[in-house]
Amino acid sequence: MGYLLQQLINGITLGMIYGLIAIGYTMVYGIIGMINFAHGELFMIAAFISIISFLVLGLAGIGWVPVALLIVLAATMLLTSVYGWALERVAYRPLRHSPRLAALITAIGMSIFLQNYVQLLQGARIKPLQPVISGGFQFFTDGKFTVTLSYLQILIAVLTVALMLVFTWVINRTALGRSQRACQQDLKMASLVGVNVDRTISLTFVIGASLASVAGLMFLLLYGVIDFFIGFLAGIKAFTAAVLGGIGSIPGAMLGGLLIGLIEALWSAYFTVEYKDVAAFSILVLVLVFRPTGLLGKPDIEKV
Amino acid sequence: MSVPATRAASAENALLSVEHLSIRFGGLVAVDDVSFTATDRQITAIIGPNGAGKTTVFNCLTGFYKPTMGRLALRHPSKGEFLLERMEGFHIAQTAGVARTFQNIRLFPAMSVLENLIVAQHNMLMRASGYTVLGLFGSKVYREAEKEAVDLALYWLDRIGLTNRADDAAGNLAYGAQRRLEIARAMCTRPVMLCLDEPAAGLNPRESGELTRLLMAIRDEERIGVLLIEHHMDVVMGISDHVVVLDYGKKISDGSPQAVRDDPAVIRAYLGEEEDEDLPPEVARDIGEERS
Amino acid sequence: MTSARASSATSPRSPLDFPSALRESGVVALVTFGLAFALVGFRAEDVPGGLDIRFRFDEVMAVTAVGFIGRFAWILLRQGRAFPVAVTALPFGAAMVAALLGPLYAPAAKLERFVVFGDLVVNWLLAIFALGFGGRAAWLIWHEASSITPEAREERMDRIGAAIQQASRYVGPLLLGLALALPFMPFADRRLLDIAILVLTYVMLGWGLNIVVGLAGLLDLGYVAFYAVGAYSYALLALHFDLGFWTCLPFAGIMAAFAGILLGFPVLRLRGDYLAIVTLGFGEMVRIILLNWYKFTKGPDGLSGIPRPTFFGLPMTANPPEGTQSFHQFFGLEYSSVDRIIFLYFLILALAMITNLFTLRIRKLPVGRAWEALREDEIACRSLGINPRNTKLTAFAIGAMFGGFGGAFFATRQGFISPESFTFIESAIILSIVVLGGMGSQIGVVFAAILLIGLPEFFRELQQYRMLAFGAAMVTIMVWRPRGLLAHREPTIRLEDARLKSASADSGGQPP
Repeated sequence: MGYLLQQLINGITLGMIYGLIAIGYTMVYGIIGMINFAHGELFMIAAFISIISFLVLGLAGIGWVPVALLIVLAATMLLTSVYGWALERVAYRPLRHSPRLAALITAIGMSIFLQNYVQLLQGARIKPLQPVISGGFQFFTDGKFTVTLSYLQILIAVLTVALMLVFTWVINRTALGRSQRACQQDLKMASLVGVNVDRTISLTFVIGASLASVAGLMFLLLYGVIDFFIGFLAGIKAFTAAVLGGIGSIPGAMLGGLLIGLIEALWSAYFTVEYKDVAAFSILVLVLVFRPTGLLGKPDIEKV
Repeated sequence: MSVPATRAASAENALLSVEHLSIRFGGLVAVDDVSFTATDRQITAIIGPNGAGKTTVFNCLTGFYKPTMGRLALRHPSKGEFLLERMEGFHIAQTAGVARTFQNIRLFPAMSVLENLIVAQHNMLMRASGYTVLGLFGSKVYREAEKEAVDLALYWLDRIGLTNRADDAAGNLAYGAQRRLEIARAMCTRPVMLCLDEPAAGLNPRESGELTRLLMAIRDEERIGVLLIEHHMDVVMGISDHVVVLDYGKKISDGSPQAVRDDPAVIRAYLGEEEDEDLPPEVARDIGEERS
Repeated sequence: MTSARASSATSPRSPLDFPSALRESGVVALVTFGLAFALVGFRAEDVPGGLDIRFRFDEVMAVTAVGFIGRFAWILLRQGRAFPVAVTALPFGAAMVAALLGPLYAPAAKLERFVVFGDLVVNWLLAIFALGFGGRAAWLIWHEASSITPEAREERMDRIGAAIQQASRYVGPLLLGLALALPFMPFADRRLLDIAILVLTYVMLGWGLNIVVGLAGLLDLGYVAFYAVGAYSYALLALHFDLGFWTCLPFAGIMAAFAGILLGFPVLRLRGDYLAIVTLGFGEMVRIILLNWYKFTKGPDGLSGIPRPTFFGLPMTANPPEGTQSFHQFFGLEYSSVDRIIFLYFLILALAMITNLFTLRIRKLPVGRAWEALREDEIACRSLGINPRNTKLTAFAIGAMFGGFGGAFFATRQGFISPESFTFIESAIILSIVVLGGMGSQIGVVFAAILLIGLPEFFRELQQYRMLAFGAAMVTIMVWRPRGLLAHREPTIRLEDARLKSASADSGGQPP
């Protein structure tokens, strides 16, 4: 019982990270109908920017954790957004009217490029970080097992919920959100009625990148080690989450992320750790085959 | 025009009989209890205002949608009767001999004009090539089948006047030529029924005249049934032997072009009521506001 | 922007809008700075007991400056002012090259002190960048053109593609002749042959994948899975049942084809990009299974002692087992270890040629045409009675079969395989060979394989930049020419062939 509860807590924490990345996939897919394969690399870049920021702050002697965290968060979101923006501008915008295959291949190329770019600049070795936030509550015990809810997990949950609230407000209430939704419905029509499509798409990438950057920071804090390859698997799992939730649907992405996180945690706990990635991939295949619209996606009737 | 008459016709010599066809998408009834027949050596036109459900009927006939209710029986002259609503999409074209064109042309744009016509004969060639195995070694059976396919393709190339463009990519043809090629490609599947979804859309008067002649020739020389969705009334009235009118998913008229033209229900559907009361209330209100 | 492109260098030009040009360059410089600041400016160094940070602000400044100057030069070119670009960029590039080559040829001149900053490769890139800009400017001055439109460029590339396709009728046999003669050339040492074998392996894999991606238009990101299935099938059959390479080769192909069908079934209904991700997942699944099914595959330890291929039953070893003859004894030759390499070379050459001939042939058969039709429009295919399911499955199975053959060859050549050889990166490399060469272009695959596999093997120092260049090349080429470099489609049947075929027809075909 205690063990299960602990795994649920861990799974939800992990799922929030996947969910934040998945939103980026789902938004970009919703608006320009392509899989931004390099999105996972933005997450990885964010983790690297975070670790560098922590090190620089350490040198500067800023040791008070809340301030340090805020600075790192701001720096990571800002600098990762620049990557998101540049990615769209350089690699995707010229291909907006090209075959989908071309855009996907570009995205794969970009993903390979960014991985190796970071590897060359920062080295291939695993980068460890001292725990920044430690400790937690022990709030439940059933004799054999004590369930711990760490402060870090609370922070991740609070941050995710806060981000989701802000994000929902932006999408539902602001002019940017309106043009974003308009572009999602019909790109051409949106531009005809005066929506600045280029800017909206750019902003979509910036928002996606900044959400992924928060996920990158959380990942770094949670696991304490990163390398240049983390974006690949995290990206695929987040994509699976986006598909599971119904691609194009933002609440779906979060839901899918949470489900993938839970499945992964429970699978590792009760079956085999080695095959946890196989579990994620199998879910992807099963969802695509049996319910291609995902849990919250809209059905799409084949137009002839 | 009454239901018993239609059934009698279907029993005798109808190539295709559609009975009580209904299609729903979620709550939306796109086609509601439509019955009609189409005969071989005749051009049957389906007309109606936008959104009347014409293309949906086509998509059911060619297996792209599954009807919610109804029976679609095709009486193949040599292979017997097929119930199209039970068949998979590609199977309808392969076995039952129903070929179609699309409202927004669907050619194989990067392939040459000639190749488009040869791909259409895929099933015949596939059998002859021993499902590729014999073809790889260049068997005689396959070479003969290929010659036959090439002959048919050349014949249709000539018919649509595109022989001198045979090696060009189909996507590079002018719009009107693409329309003709799509019809020729459908004919290369050797169908017993040809379904054309707005073949005259976007054509200029001269091209539209050429198309009319081509369709009449197909009807008279190939002796197959032609089912036609069209908005150009001059095309419809000029060549159709039989016209079915749909409005809001329902059949409102069925008969010879002349009979349909004079049917008050058709005039109402196309020109609207003279009085505003029959408009949906919200539309009437909008108009009222504008007027005031 | 279009009007700026269209204006010619000789036409009266509008005055350069300096503020807006500066502003645009400034924005680019700012973005470059933002990109470089964290990842280039700092490096998290491993030191005992944690991480330390190293600063590299010079590089950030240099990159920012390059961004500014590069964009400004680009604006000048865009507005038809090629002259200032040519006179600055060309000498600068030449000077850089001289400074970089200086230490090699004239160490006394100490030219290297002109080198802007530390890293050699970055300097070379800068030099190429400058020369590229300068060369482009010079070309524009020479042709009295300001800039060509994308359409004109596309058309020109199409013509080049078509010319190469035409030429490949003669170049192909010539290349084959060269390939056949290569092992007997005086300069063909073991290193060169090893590289040639590697290149040919990728050529074969590229041709195999070309069936799936180029012809059938199914983006397969998990092709390496079939390569792995082929390799492991051969290795396991050979190790457990003591079978030879030639007996196992067909099995390896069949197993891989079977894996292809297995993958194909669930993904048939998926659209392009979903299909790509699922195939990627499939590839990873195969690798994870190979890694963890220890009893069967020995996991990360891999399988070793995989038997070498024999020449019609004659082993290529110095000391054959008792009672058998080896290749050199049978032919009365001196034993040479290079013989085995030459044999492997011809083996992969033959396998690759079979793949090529098969592809060329099947393109002209109904199934090949149906693949291409399916790539163009699946709905139209269904309306013509083409069974999309079977057609896609055949493409998957046949593509996979060649991957399996390639895998069996890889296993027999290495004598050792482990899951490490079958990562996603391999799939990406094979895919980029296909894409770069121009999807569907057979000769393009050869050029791309030489470029992507051969060159980096020769310049080992550049190895660490190889994947970076891969990624960059994939992006650049897709942005520049979305159909691939040498993309050109030759119809599978021309009107003249068709007329020839129906020459004996009585009076033109009569439809039924």
